[in-house]
Amino acid sequence: MNTAARRVKALLPPVVFGVVFLAAWEAFVVWRDIKPFVLVRPSKVWSAGLDNLQRIADAMEVTGTNALIGLVAGTLLGCLVALLAAGVRWVGELVNPVAVAVNAIPIVVLIALFTRLYEADSETPRRIMSTLAAFFVVFINVSRGLRQSSPTQLELMRSFAASPRQQFVKVRLPNAMSFLFTGIRVAAPLTVITAVVAEYFGGNRNGLGASISGFLSISKKDVGLAYVAGASVLGLLFFGFAAVLEYVAVPWQRRRDSR
Amino acid sequence: MTLAVDVAGVHKVFNSGRPNQVDALSDVSLQVTAGEFVSLIGPSGCGKSTLLRLIADLLEPTAGTIAVNGKSPRQARLDQDYGMAFQQAGLFEWRSVAKNIELPLELKGWDKDKRRARAKEMLELVKLPDRADAMPWQLSGGQQQRIAIARALAAHPSLLLMDEPFGALDEMTREHMQAELLRICAATQTTVVFVTHSIPEAVYLSDRVVVMSAGPGRITSIVSVGLGGGRDEDTREAKQFYEKITEVREGLRGGHAIAGQQIKGVDDR
Repeated sequence: MNTAARRVKALLPPVVFGVVFLAAWEAFVVWRDIKPFVLVRPSKVWSAGLDNLQRIADAMEVTGTNALIGLVAGTLLGCLVALLAAGVRWVGELVNPVAVAVNAIPIVVLIALFTRLYEADSETPRRIMSTLAAFFVVFINVSRGLRQSSPTQLELMRSFAASPRQQFVKVRLPNAMSFLFTGIRVAAPLTVITAVVAEYFGGNRNGLGASISGFLSISKKDVGLAYVAGASVLGLLFFGFAAVLEYVAVPWQRRRDSR
Repeated sequence: MTLAVDVAGVHKVFNSGRPNQVDALSDVSLQVTAGEFVSLIGPSGCGKSTLLRLIADLLEPTAGTIAVNGKSPRQARLDQDYGMAFQQAGLFEWRSVAKNIELPLELKGWDKDKRRARAKEMLELVKLPDRADAMPWQLSGGQQQRIAIARALAAHPSLLLMDEPFGALDEMTREHMQAELLRICAATQTTVVFVTHSIPEAVYLSDRVVVMSAGPGRITSIVSVGLGGGRDEDTREAKQFYEKITEVREGLRGGHAIAGQQIKGVDDR
């Protein structure tokens, strides 16, 4: 079987499942005559999406910008702190338990806290939340990459009489690179979710999360769900971008994952 | 004759004084002359890999002395007197094949042109001259192991230490790699200490096979093989080859506590 055919075969099940699921949903609502304020039909969501295309796109831009800033800032911060924690002993002893403890706090609590610290029309608390979400994932992944080199590679470096510094630069650092890109792939959709949820707690009403909560609460469920679809598309875009980045930057990782 | 490796009365104890104390090696002495090919064979836990790591200064002996080329193992390691290859090729995924071979030279501070030239020479030695720019994950398992050997020999060490380097390869590739290794060693005059759990592999490759047994790890016998320099595929069917296989197998059985008991971790193929 050639590659194209294999790809089609891999894509077929999820696509078929999606179509069947939506058709069943549509049929169920029509058959049981369910009222729109209980459950809307997918076709209604589709037309609501088309009617509000520009507004949804604008909201995606607002939320997407927050998520992207969070992803970039969180990734940089995660790398920096992971390097410091691996390189300077007391930083590592301080940061690792604190990171675990802070990560255990439910993110909603932090969002509520940060929202009150800033003015009502500020996007900053949302960006901070996205940054934190990305930071933890990247920090944990890069730290692991810096610590977990293959034993064979480390023994080899010792047999080459490599200095600790050479070992760090030539083995631990490049090894952490592949973990970094895996981290970014996991963090990317997470920053979108965080940016969306952060909007539930007040502030500007121009993003995806604010619109979703607004429309769902005033019985315009079709419009609300169209915004939800917008959020899904945004999350997939982020994931796709990060996956391509990983594919290009650390090509040896492709095989490792497919095994 | 100069000794490449001189191990005298070595003991190695792991986790000394603790409940999980292991006597990995007990009173082991072994001399390897320059240019010799010596295999270490024995069941799991006989300390053959430990002995190799002691020679390489990856571990330190609890008691006894080791000399490599007349120096301490540590000095030999710092001077890159030996190269190493493991069961995992251990290639650095982010480096091209040539850059992998150049790594030990790079660490030693060789300049770029010299490194390039040496990598080219090594790639020709292992018969993969046109894969210099390939990435490790684009190579087959056998090819990766060749690059690992090329890397181990890049600094032209006089001694090659190998820990089951062909253990993860299929049988066909494995026999081919054995023949290649003999050719490479003959061409480079390298002394080899080779850990394996395959009896035919040890017999085919070695001048001497060191038979070890476990609990505590020790040398029980040493079989001189002497199949000579002209070994080829016919050697694997020669009468002397089978006689030596039998001799090593009996050595392995004799060294074990209960005669006839199945020996774990030793491959009869």
